[in-house]
Amino acid sequence: MEAVLALVIGVLGGAAVWLVLRPRTFQVLLGLALFSYAVNLFIFSMGSLFIGKPPIVAAELAPDLEHYTDPMPQALVLTAIVIGFATTALFLVVLLAARGLSGTDHVDGTKEQR
Amino acid sequence: MKPELAHLIVVPIVLPLLVTALLLLLGARRRRLGSLIHVGAALANLLVALEILRRIHADGLPGAVKVYLAGNWPAHFGIVLVADRLSALMLVLTGVVGLAAAVYSSAAWGRVSVFFFPLFQIQLMGLNGAFLTGDLFNLFVFFEVLLAASYGLQLHGSGRSRVRAGLHYIAVNLLASALFLVGLAILYGILGTLSMADIALKVPRVPQSDRGLLHAGAAILAVAFFTKAAMWPLGSWLVPAYRTASAPVGAIFALMTKVGVYTLLRLSTLLFSSSAGPSAHLGGAVLLYGGLSTIGFGALGLMASLRLGRIAGFSILVSSGTLLAAIGVGEASVTSAALYYLLSATLAASALFLLVELVERAASGEESPLRYAQLELDEDTNLDDAEAALVGRDIPVSLALLGLAFMACVLIVSGLPPLSGFVAKLQLMMALFNPGGAQVAHEPTAVTWCFCGLLLLSGLSATVSLSRAGIQQVWSTADHPARRWKVVEVAPVLALISAAGWLTLSAEPVLHYTRAAAEALYDPRGYVEAVLSTKPVPGPASGAGEEEAP
Repeated sequence: MEAVLALVIGVLGGAAVWLVLRPRTFQVLLGLALFSYAVNLFIFSMGSLFIGKPPIVAAELAPDLEHYTDPMPQALVLTAIVIGFATTALFLVVLLAARGLSGTDHVDGTKEQR
Repeated sequence: MKPELAHLIVVPIVLPLLVTALLLLLGARRRRLGSLIHVGAALANLLVALEILRRIHADGLPGAVKVYLAGNWPAHFGIVLVADRLSALMLVLTGVVGLAAAVYSSAAWGRVSVFFFPLFQIQLMGLNGAFLTGDLFNLFVFFEVLLAASYGLQLHGSGRSRVRAGLHYIAVNLLASALFLVGLAILYGILGTLSMADIALKVPRVPQSDRGLLHAGAAILAVAFFTKAAMWPLGSWLVPAYRTASAPVGAIFALMTKVGVYTLLRLSTLLFSSSAGPSAHLGGAVLLYGGLSTIGFGALGLMASLRLGRIAGFSILVSSGTLLAAIGVGEASVTSAALYYLLSATLAASALFLLVELVERAASGEESPLRYAQLELDEDTNLDDAEAALVGRDIPVSLALLGLAFMACVLIVSGLPPLSGFVAKLQLMMALFNPGGAQVAHEPTAVTWCFCGLLLLSGLSATVSLSRAGIQQVWSTADHPARRWKVVEVAPVLALISAAGWLTLSAEPVLHYTRAAAEALYDPRGYVEAVLSTKPVPGPASGAGEEEAP
């Protein structure tokens, strides 16, 4: 499971870096979105991975980390998702404004020299 | 602290939040009331910050720390706000600059759209929160709050160059925030806590096998802060974004790089203090050399710039680099001088940003800065009839007054006597050559010479570049008919400069204070103990129910 998750984070992160370095604004936006997915998965994996363990204390299980998964990263991820989503949406608006003002979707607002 | 005022620490965060809600409710209907509330809230913010500073200073203890448990949970688990000398100092600085920018914006910029004042208040809340929080994740949240507000403020007024610079600014900061989260997650994975005080306790106990990962996490976290503090080569977003931002926004942005510097200072002294075992003083060299190269880059940029806006942006880079390098030296006396420099440089840079617009407006012969917002303004001109009597009153200042204010800015930014910039640089150099005081013999190293050389060089290039721009843009407009500026636009500039003047006159007590702040930073035991030993308030209401960021 760790290997699969690591691969997923790696592929997402790699694709994100490649996209962020592209000259088109929409590709940069997608890169930033992918990067936030990679980061969210990364935060999630930092609480060590378990299958089938609840994060909330239940009456029939003793309250120690043998029986539960760490709820903290899940709470952090939740906040990070919300913030990431909001800022990405804002970036989308700026992207559209830049497209409208400059007439091109190049990140520098000028057509590429060929 | 008296029990009835125990909640004072949370006020700098809650007050702007409530005012924002109020301003949003008012909407576009009551502009004049809105701007009065806006300025009033900024003033209240400054008064609260001064009161916090007074209380902490009155404590007199070496590590005077006030702790506030926001959710009434002990510090390991709950959200904690901590005000020590450094935080209080930064709060007061935010209060001063925030008030000046708020008054200035009430003249023209605040009328560009309904959301200017609310965004401005949220920006203040984010700044205050970032200076107060004692918890890494909360620091991230407050960073995002202040950045989200700054994106909106930076784009204010729209226009092609602004949107273009804003696009780069947002993209770079989103990436930096993602790195912030990665570093934070690694630290949590190793240490199992996000409370800064608890992290400081646990860093020395990290097993050798995990230490590499810890350092990697701290380094990734630091890259995020380097980006926010605009360290070379991560700071190229700064100049376009700041240059295109409107004047009051530029003034408050002058503080934003200082948040990055503050965080680096706070975390490097707390996490990697001399008691942190093998991790002690991690990354000091990176800070030092990164800071030095930033000063060099900023000095070259200053020489290459002709427009005042760009010069103001590069002067921010120079001050940021100076602060980073001074933190990298890792001596309490140097840090103390650097804190004084921070105050003086921020005040001067804010005043410069406000001045730039007044001067450029005079040079271009435009009455109003609202080139792109005429539509919005025209819609409510009838609402502004009453306002014209109050904030629209002109004063017959000649360009001479602005010229004098500009000269004061030049003196402070370039570090020439007799104003505070000179005192700051002198202190910094004295501390560099004699970190242990004049009695302790100390052999200056090559890096010390290099640092001092760069400090002087950056001062020289600031003098050259600002004089050149001043002659071209302030003096050459003297043949134009004398312009009239509004009181509310000239007063903040003069207030900021007189604040710097006050800083010069009372350099002794201020340096005494920064000295105490720096010594407490380099001996974080007081901070850690104060935070971890604070007990939740017993009572029927177990969750105190304060408004707080998630």
